[in-house]
Amino acid sequence: MIPTVPQSSAMKWSYRAYVSLFFIYLALPLAVVCAFAFNDSVFPSLPWEGFTWAWFFGDEAPFIGVFHERSILRAIGTSAFVAFWVSSLSVTVGTCNAFLFVRHDFRGKGFLYILMLLPLIIPGVILGISILVFASSVANTLEDATGMWFDGLRPGLILVILGQFSFITTFATLVISARLQKFDLSLEEAALNLGASKWGAIRQVTLPFLLPAIVGAGVVSMLMSFENFNTTLMLVGSDAPLTIAMFDKLKLGSTPVLNAVSLLLIVGSAALGIFSLIFQRAKE
Amino acid sequence: MVTDRSKLGFYLLLSPLLLWLVTLIILPHIGLFAVSMSEKVGVREYETGFGNYAVFFNEPLYWRTFARTAFMSILTTVLTLLLGFPIAYYIAKLTRGRTKTTLFLMCLIPFWVSELVRTFGWMILLRETGVLSNFLQYTGILSEPVEFLYNDAAIMVGLVYTSILFMIVPLVTTLDSLDDSLIEAGYDLGGSGFSILREIVIPHAMPGIVSGCIVVFMLSLGNYLTPILLGGKDSLWFTGLIYTQFITRFNWELGSAFGFLLLGLSSAVVFLGLKLSRQSLSDTMGR
Repeated sequence: MIPTVPQSSAMKWSYRAYVSLFFIYLALPLAVVCAFAFNDSVFPSLPWEGFTWAWFFGDEAPFIGVFHERSILRAIGTSAFVAFWVSSLSVTVGTCNAFLFVRHDFRGKGFLYILMLLPLIIPGVILGISILVFASSVANTLEDATGMWFDGLRPGLILVILGQFSFITTFATLVISARLQKFDLSLEEAALNLGASKWGAIRQVTLPFLLPAIVGAGVVSMLMSFENFNTTLMLVGSDAPLTIAMFDKLKLGSTPVLNAVSLLLIVGSAALGIFSLIFQRAKE
Repeated sequence: MVTDRSKLGFYLLLSPLLLWLVTLIILPHIGLFAVSMSEKVGVREYETGFGNYAVFFNEPLYWRTFARTAFMSILTTVLTLLLGFPIAYYIAKLTRGRTKTTLFLMCLIPFWVSELVRTFGWMILLRETGVLSNFLQYTGILSEPVEFLYNDAAIMVGLVYTSILFMIVPLVTTLDSLDDSLIEAGYDLGGSGFSILREIVIPHAMPGIVSGCIVVFMLSLGNYLTPILLGGKDSLWFTGLIYTQFITRFNWELGSAFGFLLLGLSSAVVFLGLKLSRQSLSDTMGR
């Protein structure tokens, strides 16, 4: 079953038909979500009532578009805030981890590396509840001891950020380590020979080399944070990020506003994803 | 002097890692286990014991849901492997250059989009007033609207859709590294398509198959959105029970025990998968 080996044409065509069907299966849900964002009806379902932009720009009930729907806009803001912090923290810690695992040899390195990978195999819901339980017991202990309130350790945005950070860091570490491994150490040595300080050499030679990976890891972290649901669900307080807000709306019954938000999300994440791919390719 | 400074640098690099792992991964899981071992006997009074685990084994609803979740996750894993393998093979072996990149990207794009959006898409497709039901009526196969949503089949469709990428990517990577000449040699030596698949392609792709299966199983087991939104009233999922105990019932002790059981199952499967294929976690996950 490779091009150089002859195959009966029936076989070839049925294989191609299967592959085409598969890609239709992949595209179908996203296509209908986008299509129904433009349906002039209060339900995202058939029959097709005509084309409208109302679900984006409408400001009269029942056609309140995304850009006039307060709760959605606020949720997008919350998600952006969380994504910003999660990706900054993950990329910073991920870069440190990469230097640690690539540049240093120490006892227990293998063990720590395995520990670093563990968040990948812990289900998101469990990560969420374990952090919830731990933060609450710390808060209880502190409150009993000091008599002050520690709201930051109760369900809310800080816990959401910490929860997402706890597993996204692993991805950032892997992406940045992979690039650091390809770095030619003699470049840094040359900088040292030319009189650069250790930190100066890293800042002016190594970090620019790592930049594509750092940007890539940042974009991936933001996407993962934006779309995370399981961990966030367990840690969320009163400010709901976008996925949680949409889930709550969806449980109550769906309107095409959700389609419009989804369309924006699809366009946004595809653009970010393609941007990071192109950026990485251009640098290589 | 130099060694002292690099020692300082080493500890500076080590501290964020330790801070992250200890405070967000290790201590919370120890805490979770501790809570799962404490039984509430009165207001703010707790005893240590296996009571919460006993509740799980004595209540059929709980362990049946657990078994059901595990079984359906295994089914998802098998289905994604069967459906995804031909696609991965096609991308890795039957396409070249630009077509290959495009097809691979087309596989990736749906997964940059939130799982919620994907599930929402399936709801629009499958519901009674949805696209599929209308389409089948239009073509005359159905005479009246049919509800395709809110059953186990819908959950399976959604789970397979959500996790198939995690099967295809490792498969494409391993199949890419299989030299075409090995397959040609197999044909030259008189092998049939099936025997070549069994004796050359699958053994070579084994690392990819194992890591794909592990990830897909784990993701299905820990999934919450898909079963809740696509499943019916009777389609319970174990993560749903955990959520109920934690958020609705506020019974954190039982919820923690449930969480630990789920974690145990998923770790056991990862461990078994790695042992059976003689691979290490670093090779499989740390690609």
